[in-house]
Amino acid sequence: MSHSLDAYLILSGLLFSIGVFGFLARRNAIAMLMSIELMLNAVNLAAIAFGAFTPQLQGQAALIALMVMAVAAAEATVGLAIVIAIYRNRRTPLVDEYASMRE
Amino acid sequence: MMPMPVLADLALPPNIPIIGWAWDDLLFLILAGIMLGCALFVVLGRNIVRSGLAMMGCFAALSGIYALSGAVIVAATEVLVYIGAISILILFAIMLTQSKSGPAELVFHHQAWAGALAAIGFALLVMVSIMNTTWPLAGTDRLPAATNAVAMLLFQDSLFIFALQVVAVLLTAAVIGGVFLAKREVSPDPGVPEMTTLERLRAPAEAATADQPA
Repeated sequence: MSHSLDAYLILSGLLFSIGVFGFLARRNAIAMLMSIELMLNAVNLAAIAFGAFTPQLQGQAALIALMVMAVAAAEATVGLAIVIAIYRNRRTPLVDEYASMRE
Repeated sequence: MMPMPVLADLALPPNIPIIGWAWDDLLFLILAGIMLGCALFVVLGRNIVRSGLAMMGCFAALSGIYALSGAVIVAATEVLVYIGAISILILFAIMLTQSKSGPAELVFHHQAWAGALAAIGFALLVMVSIMNTTWPLAGTDRLPAATNAVAMLLFQDSLFIFALQVVAVLLTAAVIGGVFLAKREVSPDPGVPEMTTLERLRAPAEAATADQPA
């Protein structure tokens, strides 16, 4: 099982789907950011799986995963700073109460 | 003189005694189960602090899977960056934004069922397409770990050296942006309330519109 590429890819697809559900369904802005992290990790897992089974891609896959991690760290920094800045104004982390641009 | 017990004598049998699986298959199943269970807890849990802790467990299991598939350097970086830095950052943000009334009554949107349908549909689509695809370049078994190749590629291939420097600039920009967004301005005038940079940027525009004659 751990010797077949399909098992890794299906695991990655399941993790991505869980992240999609969390991003669509949660009300808390930080929970949405955590779901984004789950999705980024799923993509990393798929890249690593392809690298682990394809001799031409082995080094590149690890490097792509490392770059994705760096971008995810940058995204988490800026995203959490935005959430905290909005929280100072609106006193709530729930995204459906950020409705002042609606009317 | 007594012969010392050799490590090979203590080694595990090649397969699990009763079920007959290989050991790494069992390890893969356990890690995958922990990872998916923790991920489900992250998106379904009512208490968001516990969700944050479950996310650390999810990343730990995922780094085990990386190590199992031979990407040792990525497994180490996952522990350092995700468990060590990003999860802690998220936990800090959670604790800064907890309201005093405790967790919200309603964790999900009213349209969460549509999101669940979309996610399940996406998972089925991905699974079907993976099952029905043959990967022509992929071998039939995992390759041994090759950390040397990663280092050679990162510091000798000009494309990846460029990418490394772009990532360095990106991280610097992210740090500056995060500080800029979340910083509180302390005014030298004690009568003026403290405000974030965003508020300060918005304030002159509001003052200007307030000064307009009606």
